[in-house]
Amino acid sequence: MEPLFQFFNNLFPFISDWPEWLAHTVVGVVTVLLLFGFVALFALFAIWLERKISAHMQDRLGPMEVGGWHGWAQPIADAIKLLVKEDIIPAMADRTLFKLAPVIVFTAALAGFAVLPWSQDFIPADLNVGLLYILSVSSFAVIGLLMGGWASNNKWSLYGAMRAASQMISYEIPVALALLAVIMNAGTMSMRHLVIAQSGNILDWNVFNFFPLTAVAFFIYFVASLAEVNRTPFDLPEGESELVGGFHTEYSSMRFAFFFLGEYANMYIVSAIATTVFLGGWLAPFEALNFIPGPIWFVGKAMTLVFIQMWLRWTLPRLRVDQLMYTCWKVLTPFSFAIILLIGLWKVL
Amino acid sequence: MEANQILFIAIALLTVLSAAVVAFSNKIIHSAFALLATFTGFAMLYVYLSADYLAVTQIIIYVGGILILIIFGVLMTHKIYSTTKKTAHNSILVSLLGGVLAAGLILFIISLNPWAANIAKDFSPTTAVIGKEILTNYLLPFEIISVLLLGALIGAIFIARQEDKEK
Repeated sequence: MEPLFQFFNNLFPFISDWPEWLAHTVVGVVTVLLLFGFVALFALFAIWLERKISAHMQDRLGPMEVGGWHGWAQPIADAIKLLVKEDIIPAMADRTLFKLAPVIVFTAALAGFAVLPWSQDFIPADLNVGLLYILSVSSFAVIGLLMGGWASNNKWSLYGAMRAASQMISYEIPVALALLAVIMNAGTMSMRHLVIAQSGNILDWNVFNFFPLTAVAFFIYFVASLAEVNRTPFDLPEGESELVGGFHTEYSSMRFAFFFLGEYANMYIVSAIATTVFLGGWLAPFEALNFIPGPIWFVGKAMTLVFIQMWLRWTLPRLRVDQLMYTCWKVLTPFSFAIILLIGLWKVL
Repeated sequence: MEANQILFIAIALLTVLSAAVVAFSNKIIHSAFALLATFTGFAMLYVYLSADYLAVTQIIIYVGGILILIIFGVLMTHKIYSTTKKTAHNSILVSLLGGVLAAGLILFIISLNPWAANIAKDFSPTTAVIGKEILTNYLLPFEIISVLLLGALIGAIFIARQEDKEK
């Protein structure tokens, strides 16, 4: 927490007069609230964006009425609707696990934000094993989904949860291997140092390192991360035409909203990891553009990737289950191994 | 009491209580999910001992791999939901005798061990050290383990494929 502490100390010098435990608690709680606020705002914006993008791709207008300008208040109305809706728990459901599942899924998503480097100075926790930490907290989400799918006592939920679990643990491998290709070269797993190692202009970013090897690794990471967050073309866990709604079929009102928030937070996290590891994090592409502050670059790059995720969702059809496993085990995994070997060879030569 | 100690007690309580749920719960699925908290508690204790790499690896392997396997195994168990089968209750005398014996043995071992009262060590990153040791001093065991795991993988695939042929 030291970098975060310094950041808050610079902003509010009076914090250093407080006793240590109080300062730590206050800074921690404020940061968590800030991040939660960001997740909520991002989800509202992303839901609006997703609706608009899908509408424009299908030659419609999308929400236009609520709030006036292009229906900007539509997601707010949706959120209020979810808040005041009746919370239904199926009679035969396992009540404890049913209530716990959305909590775990959302906590896992929010925990990932702890190591995202927003700028040179603002990173909630600059862990020495930051990248590995994000990969590890994402495995909590799998347990949460299995829990929700099982506790609903509904065959569609269970099918969805099983699909989600098998898909997410399979695709964790290409994700980790693609990131390993970069870690091997950078020699660090701290998110902050990964970005600092890329300073310079756009050609110093990791995507252009060992051209075109890391660019392929970036592509592999991006495809596999789509599967990690259950987005099209890998949205089999939710396949609404066959599974009603997947693991969250039985969920309503705020519990459903938390699954939804978790999903959108994960979309942002995988984009932010790609930004940090491959696209130079908070750095500007050219030194002339350094006057624009880091967080704007960071969020901007991540939002671009989120936009591409949405674009793909409304462009590509869904894969079949066997094609899903084929892509993971016979295409992405061998290729990422080959890239690691080639980069290793390049470095030795 | 220092904040550090409160944190430690909270972590220890989380670990021990969830382990108790694993052992005593009547529903086997609850035991499986309670393991999530136990594994997380262990990882937290590793962080507390400034073993950051070990903590993260613990979560990746135990929560991301083994726990999911256990849950899948439980889901395939016959009739987990109609929980008429409770944990077996043996006669009190036998279980008491066994419990006292086991507790005595554990207490004896605990009394033999010179426990480090306090680890007054500053936090230092361990990842690089572990990597270096594995690829220099412990290279042979590391390679043997990888070959063993590869063999296990191939064996598992072979067993899984055999059913296809019989049909």
